[in-house]
Order: sequence, then structure tokens, then C-alpha cells
Amino acid sequence: MRRISPGRVVAWAYLVLVLAVTIFPFYWIVRTALSNNYALATDPSSPGPVGFTLGAFERALGLASPAEAAAQGGSAASIDLLSALRNSIVYAVLLTVCTVFFSALAAFAFSRLRWKGRNAVFAVLLTALMVPQVLTLLPNFVLIKDLGLLNSFGGMILPTAFFSAFNIFFLRQFMQGLSTEIEEAAIIDGAGPLRVCFRIVLPMSAAPIATLALLTFITTWNDYLWPLLVTNDDTVRPLTLALAVFKQSSPQAALDWAGLMAATLVAALPMLLLFVVFGRRLVNSIGFTGLK
Amino acid sequence: MGSAAHRHDAPIAWLLIAPALAGFAVFFAYPTLRGLYLSFTEFHVLTEPRWIGLGNFHELLQDGEFWHSLLVTIYFVVLSVVLGVLVSLVTAVILHRLAVSATVRGLMILPFLISGVVTALVWSWMLDPQLGIVNILITKLTGEPVLFFGSGGWAVPTLAGLNIWKSMGYNAVLIFAGLQTIPSTVYEAGRIDGASELQMFRRITVPLLRPILVMVVVLTVISSFQIFDIVQVTTKGGPANASKVLQMYIYDKAFGQFDFGYAATMSLALFVLLGTVTFAQLRMARAGESDTN
Repeated sequence: MRRISPGRVVAWAYLVLVLAVTIFPFYWIVRTALSNNYALATDPSSPGPVGFTLGAFERALGLASPAEAAAQGGSAASIDLLSALRNSIVYAVLLTVCTVFFSALAAFAFSRLRWKGRNAVFAVLLTALMVPQVLTLLPNFVLIKDLGLLNSFGGMILPTAFFSAFNIFFLRQFMQGLSTEIEEAAIIDGAGPLRVCFRIVLPMSAAPIATLALLTFITTWNDYLWPLLVTNDDTVRPLTLALAVFKQSSPQAALDWAGLMAATLVAALPMLLLFVVFGRRLVNSIGFTGLK
Repeated sequence: MGSAAHRHDAPIAWLLIAPALAGFAVFFAYPTLRGLYLSFTEFHVLTEPRWIGLGNFHELLQDGEFWHSLLVTIYFVVLSVVLGVLVSLVTAVILHRLAVSATVRGLMILPFLISGVVTALVWSWMLDPQLGIVNILITKLTGEPVLFFGSGGWAVPTLAGLNIWKSMGYNAVLIFAGLQTIPSTVYEAGRIDGASELQMFRRITVPLLRPILVMVVVLTVISSFQIFDIVQVTTKGGPANASKVLQMYIYDKAFGQFDFGYAATMSLALFVLLGTVTFAQLRMARAGESDTN
């Protein structure tokens, strides 16, 4: 069965090439982050770190003195990456918890409760699936500005915290498929709808809820445009923005690539950890959302 | 078990959907209507919007930069979709046929996990004309570096390449999931009839995958039309507007020149365009459904 045919050789070669292109940049981030920026220019194609040092991380995290930074070719203005890291965590966790929780409540009401107007309201909410962010972006910015919420976590999360058409749709699909037997037994025992929701249906939906939470967390962590619009200083600015600022603040002629890659690694690390812990679940989640 | 158990559902139901309804009304319905209204006004954020009827739309028709950025966007989307979906499809089929472990599929989605900013930074480093590893190899082969982000001809294809790099694994996993739903008996029958690998790919795989391929194409079109982070961190639309995609132009108008009314009009135009393209794609998909039966 597993004979060696020319087709298989070509297929394997293709796969190895694709994997190499996929993974090599990650290796290059690490290799550059561990290099001395001055030395980097003398031997840019060395496969390993050039002039191995952790100095780039110290610069990126604002732990190096200006003199030390200059000695290693670091020119970028010091940036508070640690507070940006904290901001990203607050932003992503808050938004994920809110949006998944409120979507689960709504999905329960749309799938397990019977009430007049259920389908009509659901249809209205679904119109949001068809409208891309671009249309609501500027008016939402004006609204957040009018509410005085620029530069606050409130302004960052409010527009998506309570309502996500996709999340509601996705969870409703799953909850509709749950068997009614346990629920009915509970109702006979005198459980009300809220008890059924929190004690039976939500626990039974743990898997798709976890899937949604993971995907929401990733999207929020990586979000750029909305935080760019509503934040303008270090107090709430997340990592994606801090990174972009870090690049812009160093002179074009002599970019601190080692420092920049160290900062990049710090920004990507939580996602890479997520990958190590939930890798298989993530892959399954993606396939799952596609086949719904 | 009938309606008796559900007699008291209605008040609880409204309570449970109240947050979602509020979010929908305040941050979706109202902004959508306000956006429509603003596109008919002259509005510079600090002063009240002033109704100017179709003024912005007249300006739009005569705005060469708008049409240029629309063309740039379409060029970017076409490259991203055609090459991206092709590579994802081939990768998914090979992953499926070689029965490679789930770990390999996992590694492929790594780029999907990181932000566009991280993608943009690591590739600007690798493609740097002097010190970038890619350009060092190119210089060894051809004698001179390629100005990926700095040349008018290369900027858009390079950005599309980054976009494809970031989304390819995700799309391949989606298509892979679709492949797993095709029963292996179909392939066995094909093999007995003497079909070659390529014939089976064209006659079995592609037709049966049609629904999921349509979804991948639609998702890629929608996300590519709205590309922003990668462009803003690398070229900012340059050199000389060569890579100024529509989102970049809208952002410039709104937050560079504070011309919110006109920016709202362009957002509306982009929305109408996206809606039309998506609708057309879904219609075409439906037209072709019969050949899967």
C-alpha cells in the first residue's frame, strides 16, 4: 500500500516546503531576539543567534538602561511592554468572558425556551452577520467618543461585549441538538428556566462554549484597528499597538531588529502557549466551525 | 411534555436576551443608521454634521484616489483569494491523502494564531533589503535585492503573500474537515473505474467540496477586502499610494484629515461592494449545487 511513487515524493516535497515556510519565521523571530543588534549586521545570514545575548528582551521590556541599550545597537525609545501585556490580558479576558456569557444566555433563550416572537427577534439579530465592521466602525468611534469612553477598557470592549451574532448563532445550533430528557425531568422536579439554563444546558454545552472562548480570545488578542481608534496612550493600549509604536519610534535607518523581534516574541508568546496547551482542540474547533 | 412546562418562559427569555438586544441596538443598529446618515453630511467630528445630500457621492465619483484604491484593493483580494485558496486546497488534499498526523495540521495553523502586526514585523525583517534573510538569499542568486515593500510593483503582491501566509493553514484545516466528510467508497469506486489521482481530484473532490470551498472563498474575500493592520504596519499605503487599499484610504480620510462624512460615504460604498460580491458568490454556488448530487 505504502509504495514509493513519484506522486508521493512530489506530495511530500510540497508538504515539507509549505511547513518550512510556515514555521521558519517563528524560528527566525527567536534567533533574532537572542542576537546582539550590532553583531546582527555583520553576519545577517547566520543560522543561529549572532553574539548571543538576552539584551534585546531587556530593551523590549524596558529593563535596560539607555547606555546599555545603545551599546547593543538598540535605539528604540523605551516602551512599557509589560503594561501593554497587562492591557492585552485585561482586554482579551474581559471581552471573551462577556461576549461568551451573554451569547450563551441568548442562545439558551432562542433554543430551549418557547415564547412569542422568538424566530422574528432571532432573524433581526442575524442581520448583523451580513454587515462587515467597516460600516459601523466610524459611527461606533463617534459614539464611544461622545460617551467619553476613549482610552478606557469600557470603550474597547463595549461594542462587542454584549452582542455577537455569530456566537449566538453557533451556540444556538448546538443547544438545539441537545436531548430534552434531562431538562424535562428537571422541570417535573420543579426546576425553573434559569435553573435549567445554568445547571443543565450550559454545562452540557461546555465544549462549544470553550471553542468560542478560545477563538474569541485569539481574535481579541490580535485585534488592531478598533484599539487603534479608541486608545492613544499607554494606560490601556494593548500589545499589538505597542508593537507598532515600538517600530515607529525607532529610526528607519538603523532599526533595532533584535529588540523588535524580542518584543514580537513577547506579544506572540501567549498565543504560542495557548497553542501548546490547546493545539489539537484548536485544530478541531476550526474544522468544527466550518462544518456547522 | 408540552406548553405547560413552558408557560412561564417568555419573561425569562426576554431577560436572558436583554443584554444581546441592548448590544445590538446601541452598537449595531444605531451605528449602522448613523453611518448611513453621516454619509450624506459634511462632518468633522468637532462640529455638528451638516446635511449635504449627495455631495459626498458626487465627490466619490470624481475622486481618482478612491478609484485607484478600489483597484488596489481588488488586485489584493484577487491575488489573496486565487493563490490562497489554491494553496490551501492543494495542501488540504495532500494532508488528507498522505494521512499525516494531526500535529502537522496543528503546526499549519500557527500563523493564524498570531496578530497581523506580528506577521507584518517578522516578514519586514526577513524581507529587509539589506539584512533580511530572504533578500540575502535572493542577492546570492540574482545579484541584487528585491525591494518587496518599497517598490510599486512588488508592494501589493508582497502584502497578499503575507495575507496568504497568515490564513493558509486555517483555510487548509477547514477544507480538510470537509474532505473527511467525503466517503472513501466514492474514491474506491473511482479507482475501480480506472480514474487517475488528478481525475479523481477534478471529478470527485472538487465537486463534493463545493459548499466548503464557497465558504472559504467568501470568508477570504470578506477578510481581504477589509485588510488594514498588515498594510498599516508595513507600507502605510506606499510607495506613492501603490498599496493604498480602501480601508487605509478610509482611515486616512477619517483620522488623518478628520473628514468623517466622506469616510462614512466610502465605508458605505465598500459595504455595498462587499454585499454585492458575497451575494453573487452565494448565487453562483447555488447554481452549481446540482452537480454534487
